[in-house]
Amino acid sequence: MAINKDLIAASSTPIVLAILAEGDSYGYAIIQRVRELSGGHMEWTDGMLYPVLHRLERLGQIEARWEIAESGRRRKYYRITAAGRDQLAEERRQWQAVDATLRSIWKALSVAGPVIRPASAALSPQGA
Amino acid sequence: MAASDHASLEAQIDQWRNYLHRRQAIHAVDVAELEDHLREQVAVLVDAGLATDEAFLVAVKRMGDLDALSREFAREHSERLWKQLVVVPSEADGPRARTRTDAIVAFGLALAAAVAIKLPVLFGLQLEQDVGFYARNLSLFVLPFLAGYFVWKRQLGTKTLSWLAAAFVAAAVFANVYPFMPGGASERLAALHLPIALWLAVGIVYAGGRWRQGSGRMDFIRFSGELFIYYVLIALGGAVLTAFMVMMFEAIGVKAEPFFSAWLLPCGAAAAVLVAAWLVEAKQSVIENMAPVLTRLFTPIFAAVLAVFLGTVLWTGHGVDIERNVLIAFDLLLVLVLGLLLYSVSARDPQSPPGAFDVVQVVLVVGALLANALALWAIAARINEFGFTPNRVAALGENVILLANLAWSAVLYIRFLRGRGSFARLERWQTDYLPIYAAWAMVVVIVFPPLFRYI
Repeated sequence: MAINKDLIAASSTPIVLAILAEGDSYGYAIIQRVRELSGGHMEWTDGMLYPVLHRLERLGQIEARWEIAESGRRRKYYRITAAGRDQLAEERRQWQAVDATLRSIWKALSVAGPVIRPASAALSPQGA
Repeated sequence: MAASDHASLEAQIDQWRNYLHRRQAIHAVDVAELEDHLREQVAVLVDAGLATDEAFLVAVKRMGDLDALSREFAREHSERLWKQLVVVPSEADGPRARTRTDAIVAFGLALAAAVAIKLPVLFGLQLEQDVGFYARNLSLFVLPFLAGYFVWKRQLGTKTLSWLAAAFVAAAVFANVYPFMPGGASERLAALHLPIALWLAVGIVYAGGRWRQGSGRMDFIRFSGELFIYYVLIALGGAVLTAFMVMMFEAIGVKAEPFFSAWLLPCGAAAAVLVAAWLVEAKQSVIENMAPVLTRLFTPIFAAVLAVFLGTVLWTGHGVDIERNVLIAFDLLLVLVLGLLLYSVSARDPQSPPGAFDVVQVVLVVGALLANALALWAIAARINEFGFTPNRVAALGENVILLANLAWSAVLYIRFLRGRGSFARLERWQTDYLPIYAAWAMVVVIVFPPLFRYI
C-alpha cells in the first residue's frame, strides 16, 4: 500500500516534530524511525525530508547543529525548540480531531453496511 | 570493504556530489548533509550484504530524483535563486578564512588609497589649487594599491614586484619632471594617458603568470569591464549618500559641502576602485557578468543608430561638419564600438557556430568604420589647413590605432561568418592588440610634451 503524496506532505510536520520530541536526531535516523513506526507504509523519498527539516528550522520549530559523528563525518543534528513543542501540541489536537471524525464515520459505515440508515439507528446496535 | 571497492565508491560519491553542487538551490552545506545520509545508507546496505556499487545505486535511488529534490529545495529556499554575495561563508572552514582575509586586505588597501590621496596636503598641495598636479598624478594614488592587491592575491614573486615598482616610479617621474605649461594641452593629454599606460601594468599583475596567454588577457578585459560597472554603481550610491548628507546637515544649519569636496569625494573615489576590484573578484563566480549583458542589449541599438546615420548622410548628402571636438567624438564612438565588440567576444563561446547576433555585430563594426572614415576625411582637410596641435595628433593617432583594430576585426569576423576562419582568431587578435594601446599612451605621456614644447 502506497500512501498518497498529499497525505505524506501533510503529515510530515507532526511526524518529524514528534520524532524530534523523542530526542535529538539527524536525517537518516529520522527516515529510519518513520519506516519503523509506519511498518514500511510511509515510503518517504529520502531527499525530500531535508527541505521539510529546513522549513521547520526556518520557522524556528527546530534548530540544527553540526557535530562529528562516531563515523568521523560531520553530521547535522536537529533538536526541537519550545516553539516546535507548541506546534506539535497544536498539530496533535488537529490530527486528533481529524482522526476522531474519521473513526466515527468508519464505525458508522462498518455497522451500517451497504444500506443507508439514520445516524441514531446506526449507532444503537453497537450499544446493544 | 576491499580497497578497490572503496576507491570506486569514493569516485562515485564524488561524481554525485559534483552533480549536486551544480544545483543552484542546493548549497554546499546541504550537499554535505545529503552526503552524510547517502554514506550511512550505503554502509547499512553493505552490512546487509549488498556489493558497494549496488548499495550506492540503491542509496541514490532512495534519495530520489535530483530534479524533484532540487525543485523542493528551491521552493523552500527561494532566495537562493537570487545569487547573493557571500562575503563570509557561514560553513566550510577552508575558504572562509581566505575570503575574510581577502576582504580585510582589500579594505585595508582601500583605506590606504584614501589616505594616499590626501597625503600631498601635508606638503601644501591642495586639491582645489593644484589641479594640474592632482590630474597628472591621480592614477599614482590608486593604481599602485590595486596592483599591490593582485600581487598579494596572486602571490607574485619579488621579480614582478621590482619591475612593477620601477614602472610606477618611472610614471611618477614622467608625470612630474616636465615643465608643463599649467592647463596646457600637453599636461591634459599626459594626465589622460598615464592611467591607460599604467592600466597595462595592473593587467600584467592581474593576469599573474598568464599575461602572455590570450586567456589571461581576456580575463583582464572581463575584469576591466566589470570593474567599470561596479565603480559606476558605487559612485551612484555615493552620490545618493552625499545628497542626503548635504541636505540633512543643511537642515541643522551646518555646511557639509566643504567636507564633501575636500574629503568624501576624493577619498571615496580612490577607495572605491579597490572596493570595486574586490567585489569583481568576490562575485566573479557568484553572479552573471554584467558587461556582456549590457553589450547584448546595446549592440543592436547602436548598430541601428549607425545604419540610420549613414543612411541619412547618403540621403541628404551632408558632409560631416567639423567642430572643434568632432575628432574626439569619433574616437569615443570607436572606443564604444570596440567595447561592445570586446565584451561580446569575451562572453561568446568560441565553439558555437555563427548566429544572428554575430551578423548584427559585423553591421555595427562596419557601420562604425564607415562613419569614422567620413569624419577622418573631413578632418584631414582641417589638419592640412591649420597644422598639428598635440590634441589633434593624439586624437588622430588613437583614431588610426582603433581603426586598424576594428578594420582587421571586421575582416576576421566576416571570415568567421562565412565559415573560413575560427572565432578564436578574432579573440586572439583582440588580446594581442592590447599592448598597442598602452604603448601609444606611453608615447603620448613621454614623447609628446617635449615634442610640442610643453604647451
